[in-house]
Amino acid sequence: MLIEREPAPRRSRWASGVIPYKQMGYWRPDYEPEETDVLAAFRVTPQPGVEPEEAAAAVAGESSTATWTVVWTDRLTAHDNYRGKAYRIDPVPGTEPPQYLTYIAYKLDLFEEGSIPNMASSIIGNVFGFKAIRALRLEDLRIPGEYVKTFQGPPHGIVVERELLNKYGRPLLGATTKPKLGLSPRNYGRVVYEALRGGLDFVKDDENMNSQPFNRWRDRYLYCMEAVHRAMAETGEVKGHYLNVTAATMEEMYERAEFARELGSVIVMIDLTAGFTAMASMSRWARANSMILHLHRAGHATYTRQKNHGVSFRVLAKWCRLLGVDHVHAGTVVGKLEGDPASVRGYYDTLREDVVRRDLACGIFFDQDWCHLPGVMPVASGGIHAGQMPQLLHHLGEDVVLQFGGGTIGHPMGIAAGATANRVALEAMIQARNEGCDLIREGPEALRRAAAWSPELRAALEVWGDVSFEFESTDVPDVVNLPTPVAF
Amino acid sequence: METREPSRPGGGQGLRITQGTFSYLPDLSDEQILAQIQYGLDRGWAVSIEFTDDPHPRNVYWEMWGMPMFDLRDAMAALREVQRCREALPDHYVRVSLYDPGLTRQTTALQFIVNRPPHEPGFRLEREEGHDRVVRYTLHAYAADRPRGERYRGDGRG
Repeated sequence: MLIEREPAPRRSRWASGVIPYKQMGYWRPDYEPEETDVLAAFRVTPQPGVEPEEAAAAVAGESSTATWTVVWTDRLTAHDNYRGKAYRIDPVPGTEPPQYLTYIAYKLDLFEEGSIPNMASSIIGNVFGFKAIRALRLEDLRIPGEYVKTFQGPPHGIVVERELLNKYGRPLLGATTKPKLGLSPRNYGRVVYEALRGGLDFVKDDENMNSQPFNRWRDRYLYCMEAVHRAMAETGEVKGHYLNVTAATMEEMYERAEFARELGSVIVMIDLTAGFTAMASMSRWARANSMILHLHRAGHATYTRQKNHGVSFRVLAKWCRLLGVDHVHAGTVVGKLEGDPASVRGYYDTLREDVVRRDLACGIFFDQDWCHLPGVMPVASGGIHAGQMPQLLHHLGEDVVLQFGGGTIGHPMGIAAGATANRVALEAMIQARNEGCDLIREGPEALRRAAAWSPELRAALEVWGDVSFEFESTDVPDVVNLPTPVAF
Repeated sequence: METREPSRPGGGQGLRITQGTFSYLPDLSDEQILAQIQYGLDRGWAVSIEFTDDPHPRNVYWEMWGMPMFDLRDAMAALREVQRCREALPDHYVRVSLYDPGLTRQTTALQFIVNRPPHEPGFRLEREEGHDRVVRYTLHAYAADRPRGERYRGDGRG
């Protein structure tokens, strides 16, 4: 269809040729979204000269039924039902070139039950390359309950995971084996054993640890599971190592996952790079085999980080909860990787809560009811250490895996001592919080009191106590709770 | 770089089972136990007390010291029940659970050990060697070789 730069004379809707999208029925400011509609919030940056209503209509059209010219075959269908409908536009204050938050409603008919690839192909399939749009970002989705109930969801979810591990009332602790590449399977297992016996609940393969020449998967699994069971005997606790089963084909992924199961692992992991279908297939496998499923969001920042173009992580978080993983990395607030506190709060709520309310300050554009679909355990990983425990607990709460890789393995007294330092810090903070201590004001002092009797924690605070990563976040919500609607 | 064994709050003897939150802290005083119970009661959770002399990490069903105290709102009364249990079973593990019956949770919200046997001999790891280097692992609590009720009794060495 024609992108209208100048007002054009009106012509028949069905005449052959090219007419503006908004005349095609994709701009519908009068439309009242229905409870069963899928709703999308896009951040649209139109090309110069393209008015926002036309840009909004073009996004609605290209993400549903439209093509570039009038086709008579639309008239063989109840076409109004299938058209995406842009129903609201809010300018984003202070943006140049101007950006517009555009709300679009899609009928449930447009989507296949239980299929994230279908939802993604529909809503972000073609439209992001559309020439009339300078940049486009999918900020959020509202998935109606009728659609939610067609997805499997997490293989187990937070509650079942806790009961399986027999660990309650505190964050779980993990670490990624370091160096992430290069260790032989035998040396790798040593790191796993030391970290687990020292007090961590989990150790983790990194996203790019698959089956390289220096560390083939089968050998790694054997040594890691020796380490896991030895650590269980040393502590009397259930322990796990996320064995990364990501591979080039589904057949190889299943082969690796089956072997992890045979060795008695409670958890396997996959990378986002494997794709939505592979993730959903592993989710079904994990449910059928009582295996916790960890997802590393490898590659996500290529399209989630920039505010004006791509897909927000909160959309990805929703897709992951629907297709079903038990863990997903969702930011630390205080660590080395991108994530401002309000946005991260929004991601965590999206993963964990049953009903999430619209809250633009946290980047949440729609009410979302998960209809009791179990929650996903968020994972905080990347540049965090024991000295940050008060802030981590304050920002992230209890249902989270805190992963200290360098902050365990780099401890001056050794890996096991590093793990103990983290566990002592965590339990001391939980105790203090439950006794009524304000974590931000009084937490650091409570941590120092624990360090007085714990040499491991004392050493950790001496090495890392002052380390912080203070950089401005790229992806922050525009904190304007009531944007002024554009006059139509 | 000097490495050393991590210290254990219970001292160097044997193994300290670290199930439950707070096992890496020094044993909680009665006052500290009371504060944790109060935290749970303030959230509408129910207190329950369980005990065992089989600390296998997959022993889910510890014996119940009575029913969960759904109607009890007095933390002091709950603490007295903990004390009674400890006195009756000094050579057992005793744990306090706070249970959240709320929709979407319906699970334990906090759990911690409040009594442990004086000596914890720990676990033997058994390996059954199979095909292609596959090993099947089994944990066996040394104390579980003796009948229930006699496992941590007598010479203090389990």
